Amino acid sequence: MNRQTLTWLDRLSVGIPFAWLLVFLGLPLLCVTALAFHSIADSIPPVEPLLRVSDGHIVLHASFRAFRLVLTDPLYRHAFLSALLNAALTTAGCVLIGFPFALAIARAPGRRRNLYLFLAILPFWTAFLLRAYAWMGLIRDSGPVESLLLWLGILHEPIPVLYSPAAVLLVMIYSYLPFFVLPMYAVLEKLPAELLAAAADLGARPGYVFRTVTLPLSLPGVISGGILVFVPAVGEYVIPDLVGNSRTVMIGGILWDEFFENRDWPLAAAIAVLTFAILMLPALLMRRWLSRTAMVAA
Amino acid sequence: MTPLTRRPWQTVALCLGFAFFYAPIAWIILFSFSGDLASSGEGWLSLHWYRALFDNQELQQAAYRSLMLALLSSPIATVLGSLAGIALARTERFPGKLLLIALLAIPIFAPEILIGFSFLMLFAAAQATTGWPQEKGLLTLVISHATLGSSIVAAVVFARVAGRDRSLEDAARDLGARPLRVLMTITVPLAAPGILSGWLLALTLSFDDVITSSFLAGPENTTLPMAIFSGLHVGLDPQINAIGTLMLAGIAAVVAVSFVAAPRARTP
Repeated sequence: MNRQTLTWLDRLSVGIPFAWLLVFLGLPLLCVTALAFHSIADSIPPVEPLLRVSDGHIVLHASFRAFRLVLTDPLYRHAFLSALLNAALTTAGCVLIGFPFALAIARAPGRRRNLYLFLAILPFWTAFLLRAYAWMGLIRDSGPVESLLLWLGILHEPIPVLYSPAAVLLVMIYSYLPFFVLPMYAVLEKLPAELLAAAADLGARPGYVFRTVTLPLSLPGVISGGILVFVPAVGEYVIPDLVGNSRTVMIGGILWDEFFENRDWPLAAAIAVLTFAILMLPALLMRRWLSRTAMVAA
Repeated sequence: MTPLTRRPWQTVALCLGFAFFYAPIAWIILFSFSGDLASSGEGWLSLHWYRALFDNQELQQAAYRSLMLALLSSPIATVLGSLAGIALARTERFPGKLLLIALLAIPIFAPEILIGFSFLMLFAAAQATTGWPQEKGLLTLVISHATLGSSIVAAVVFARVAGRDRSLEDAARDLGARPLRVLMTITVPLAAPGILSGWLLALTLSFDDVITSSFLAGPENTTLPMAIFSGLHVGLDPQINAIGTLMLAGIAAVVAVSFVAAPRARTP
């Protein structure tokens, strides 16, 4: 293919969004990084300026307090770890529920497929908070879910679920499921039916076909869907706050509290920088996931 | 074809999946029509909560503010995102392409709390150095929502444009069409379904956002999700179910209209 020459229009259509994103997305990240090195002050905004002029010299007034605190205080380490664990369990739950569901949609007869897919996405167009609120009603003590489980004999005595880690996990899985189902479906739908038919014709049993053909070929969907669930789930704040308890305080909640309650901006910034570094560097290195992500929304 | 015949597990997976997806929705609709069971003893099937909602000025204002915000920010997001998506799909290489991709990927991947916080830090730093923006409010909300939305729009438009054959554009160019004309008469119309669904996504994203808004709204500009969120902490009454049912009705209406309008749009 010929090397294209850039017309003025190309430059403009790249330049406008590029400039906007640099100013409103790149710059904020730099601001946060710089802020993590500020020291706190009793002012508005509650930080000391990083550079100060004294005796005609510019003095750099950097502090490592925030980073030191985040890296040494066990509170933050614990919050990081519980956020990572919760995100991992959420991802596992989405795979366990989402994979068979996506496969069932992909194997449905052609016309029904779009209908099923549409029905699967529809609930997620209602406000997220309303669905979380509905779950709070469904899983409250002596609520419908508990009654159903008791009636089915799965539970023998009522156990409180709302305001527990289990409730956080349930609502997390529910909320993040579409981010897994859609990329998963996009991959499963393209799975060539001839391969499955060939394997079956050659005498492979359904279980064997699944293990040797379906599963390896659908791995890219599992990975991209898994990343789309795991990475945002680590920073989730709203769900643990609504249906969790004091033991489910995760890194998102800590950041929120340091900012809104304690007004310790540098500490919140240090948490943000470290979370970002842990999560984003591996994701950004795999740039081909962008096109996969595109399939989610499409 | 043996593997494609319907198997019992498929039916089970679909039924369980849809039950899981729709349980909260059913709950919302059901309880929006319940009476005030605790105090007045009104029975089922009452419009009690809808009347309460109708009288609730605060929630109505928040809903209006959210709607304005979504309507202002989503078009900006659509323009920015469409330009970026088309450029990424159509322009082979340009300086900083990787950086642009990385920037666009951030809002999709990163936890929202990080981004909302970063936005506020930008505006705080800008205010400290330049005095602008004077306060948090509609402007900071629109800018942040437009930025978040542009990333989704870019992903959708990119997906729509990237796989397509470029021969139409090449032909137009060979026949002497100027770049702007090629863009407006060929590339954009072909990308239109992507641009439209990108806009709808940006609209819902903005209307549904609670975290970024909490950082950037300031005291005067509570949006609907923010009002609901703070209401959930103090124990909200079932008015919230009435809001949810009304939203569902609105979405159903939009979907119905688009289904009816779609076939006609294809044959001008």
